[in-house]
Amino acid sequence: MIGQLDLSTLQHIWWIIVSLVGSIFLFLTFVQGGQTLIFSVAKNEEEKTLLINSLGRKWELTFTTLVLFGGGLFAAFPKFYATSFGGAYWVWMLILLTFIIQAVSYEYRSKPGNFLGARVYEIFLFINGSIGILLIGTAVATFFSGSNFILNEMNQVTWQTPLRGLEAAGSFFNLSLGLFLVFLARVLGGMYLLNNIEHEELESRCRRSIWINFLWSLPFLLFFLISLMIREGFAVDPASGEVVRQQFKYFYNLIGFPVNLALCLLGLGMVIYGVVANVYKDQKNGIWFGGLGTILVGLAVFFLAGFNNTPFYPSSVDLGSSLTIANASSSHFTLTVMSYVALAVPAVMAYIAFLWYRMDRKKLNLAELEGEGAKSLY
Amino acid sequence: MVEQIDLSQVNWARGQFALTAIYHWLFVPLTLGLSFLLAFFETIYVKTGNEEWKRLTKFWMTLFAINFAIGVATGLILEFQFGTNWSKYSWMVGDIFGAPLAIEGIFAFFLEASFFAIMFFGWEKVSKGLHLFSTWMVAVGSNLSAVWILVANGWMQFPTGMAFNPDNARFEMQNFADIVFSPVAVGKFTHATSSSFLLAALFVIGVSSWFLLKGRHELMAKRSIAVASIFGLLSSVYVVFTGDEAAYNIADKQPMKLAAMEGLYRGQESAPLVGFGIPNPYKEVGDSADPFIAEFKIPGLLSLLANREAGSFVPGMYDLAFGNPERGIRGVQERIASGERAIDYLGSYKKAVSEGNEEAAGSYLSSFNQHREDLGYGYLDKPTDAVPPVATTFWSFHIMVVLGMLFPIIFILFMVFLKKGTVSSHRWLLNLGIISIPLSYIASQAGWVTAEVGRQPWAIQGLLPVQVATSNLTTAAVQTTFFVFLVLFTLLLVAEVGIMLKQIKLGPEEK
Repeated sequence: MIGQLDLSTLQHIWWIIVSLVGSIFLFLTFVQGGQTLIFSVAKNEEEKTLLINSLGRKWELTFTTLVLFGGGLFAAFPKFYATSFGGAYWVWMLILLTFIIQAVSYEYRSKPGNFLGARVYEIFLFINGSIGILLIGTAVATFFSGSNFILNEMNQVTWQTPLRGLEAAGSFFNLSLGLFLVFLARVLGGMYLLNNIEHEELESRCRRSIWINFLWSLPFLLFFLISLMIREGFAVDPASGEVVRQQFKYFYNLIGFPVNLALCLLGLGMVIYGVVANVYKDQKNGIWFGGLGTILVGLAVFFLAGFNNTPFYPSSVDLGSSLTIANASSSHFTLTVMSYVALAVPAVMAYIAFLWYRMDRKKLNLAELEGEGAKSLY
Repeated sequence: MVEQIDLSQVNWARGQFALTAIYHWLFVPLTLGLSFLLAFFETIYVKTGNEEWKRLTKFWMTLFAINFAIGVATGLILEFQFGTNWSKYSWMVGDIFGAPLAIEGIFAFFLEASFFAIMFFGWEKVSKGLHLFSTWMVAVGSNLSAVWILVANGWMQFPTGMAFNPDNARFEMQNFADIVFSPVAVGKFTHATSSSFLLAALFVIGVSSWFLLKGRHELMAKRSIAVASIFGLLSSVYVVFTGDEAAYNIADKQPMKLAAMEGLYRGQESAPLVGFGIPNPYKEVGDSADPFIAEFKIPGLLSLLANREAGSFVPGMYDLAFGNPERGIRGVQERIASGERAIDYLGSYKKAVSEGNEEAAGSYLSSFNQHREDLGYGYLDKPTDAVPPVATTFWSFHIMVVLGMLFPIIFILFMVFLKKGTVSSHRWLLNLGIISIPLSYIASQAGWVTAEVGRQPWAIQGLLPVQVATSNLTTAAVQTTFFVFLVLFTLLLVAEVGIMLKQIKLGPEEK
């Protein structure tokens, strides 16, 4: 059945799937955001331990989603995988390093004999939550601002700057998306913690943190969105396949496709509602609105970058090298095989949701940290 | 293209991959095997309702979690390193290689990650049944991820189910089932997982032996040994069986690797297996020096293992490099010449296409098609480039085999003395149990060294040499990341071992 779809349809489906995984990752960065709150929201070691143990029950989901995002891109758009990872070497290496140090930190932090001391592992968590997310944001922004690479006739990449991707952080446009994601992650982190733990003082501090970080996120979001709408974008001429620069390209992508506009507005509205519900209505369920809203906005951002004859990974030094979902994808056969595999994704998401629900029915509190199993805590 | 290749950069990239893979494999086998042992322990707890078994399960679970975390950390870099350091590889075979990695993520990693949280923190939060189910799912998930990554590795050792597309300059998938059920992939999976079960069984026995030596937690230690020794013995029988199957596959699909594993320079009938030998480090393919300084050989056994026929012919490195028309072997020498023409025709074809000259393109394409099977060989300089480092391959293979033969004996000894009730009184046996922990790690690593060094110079056997697979990076960049990972992983390893030892000393939770 899937095999009868034409290549272009499969490429579009796979861009949607990859966008969805990427957007779910953005939601799950509440773990990273939460990691940056451990020094400010928690006022003593006990509270810090509570926060870290609450986050520690979710960190692997975020991590695994990131790995799946990479794996999905590799399988569906291998030319992007080869070009970006092999080209923007330093930015990806730094991102990976921040996730490597995260992966051990939960398990090792509170264990005796951990060699580096608890404080170092806490700093590792902070670095992952701040620098890691900042760099991911700047990397994603290059989907719109372009990168410095050239592909040869064998599709092999040469990067044109010695900074190999880190130069993206020199643009305030790119940085603004990175900084917005850092603050958004902190908002989501606060929302998650508020929902997951039972501790009166921490709850009120989480509420305040959600509000402050939300306010901090706004200027960067506005700057990014306005710049995106008015900037010169990249477009593909569908007839010749030629890539050209086009003024207001992303604005056209937004208003030309009501779905994008709807996703964007609905998503932003949900995030704002989540914040208001948490901060002013004394509710604890803001994370669901904030999370779903983040996913919707994320989808809109990825759709703006990849659909409507837009190269999703443009080269600013050689327009002809730009990657589109058409020229970067796997073969028809591979996309078909992978589409059958993707049919299992709803089932995977269902059992994750079920387990999550079962585990979180009872909120985490200080009493639990002292109960049976205290030795295996993070 | 060949003249642009920077050999030192390639070798640093190789080194970095080897480093990260070796570190990753320090942690993975214990995860693969201990996850099942945890499932066994907890099943006994649920069946008997005996709280002692719960304590025992939780003790091993703590060690599992410490090891698991660093396995995840080192695994991340392996996946993304294909892109960062091997971008030409990623493009040329991403159409095939990406799929198993993505499937691993969807099916295996989420199982592991979601059920791990229940297994570890859910004792009080979910029912006994759901908790036990979660523990089993962690084991299934871990081993499922091994399935997919070994499918990917198996494909690199024996590429199948694909064809080269000259327009995109890449290989494209043609048959998914061929890739998943390739005999090499199946063999890799069964051998790697069963050897990991063996390693985990020795880990449990070794740690338990230490408790017995110290006279602590004796009941728990004996119970752990009882389960682990049965699991270990069954696994080690399977390891031998799958190892034999692997050798048979290698003889068929990677004869050069087999020749290097055995230090066989010239092919012969009734080829002997080297029971013990010291290879001559100065020996070159094609010279008349003696391949061994000292050796003890078992006649006909290599032929038997390789071809299931004692008198059969096994080709040596010389035959494979320079050809042996008598035996119908096309040598590397001949294939290099053919491969160089394939590269030329491909370049001319691409040029003709870009100039819109269809007639010339068609002609170049048909010429290319005559040589396409040898494309990868065109990037080699000389026939001996196709010979892997013999000493490393030989030693790692023999160390693995010798240790692999020793382990079943250890399991049997523990079973016998446990049955007799005298296991605690034999200090030599308990010490042997402790020593067998590092030995099992050495054997496990040696197995991968054999597999990966033995297939050099190929990133993908016969299709893509390593030096054509790298990214366009400076040597300094790769050197830098090499040392960053070396330092970071070493620090984390020290921390991991420190925490492990401390937790073992602390022992299980008090009643």
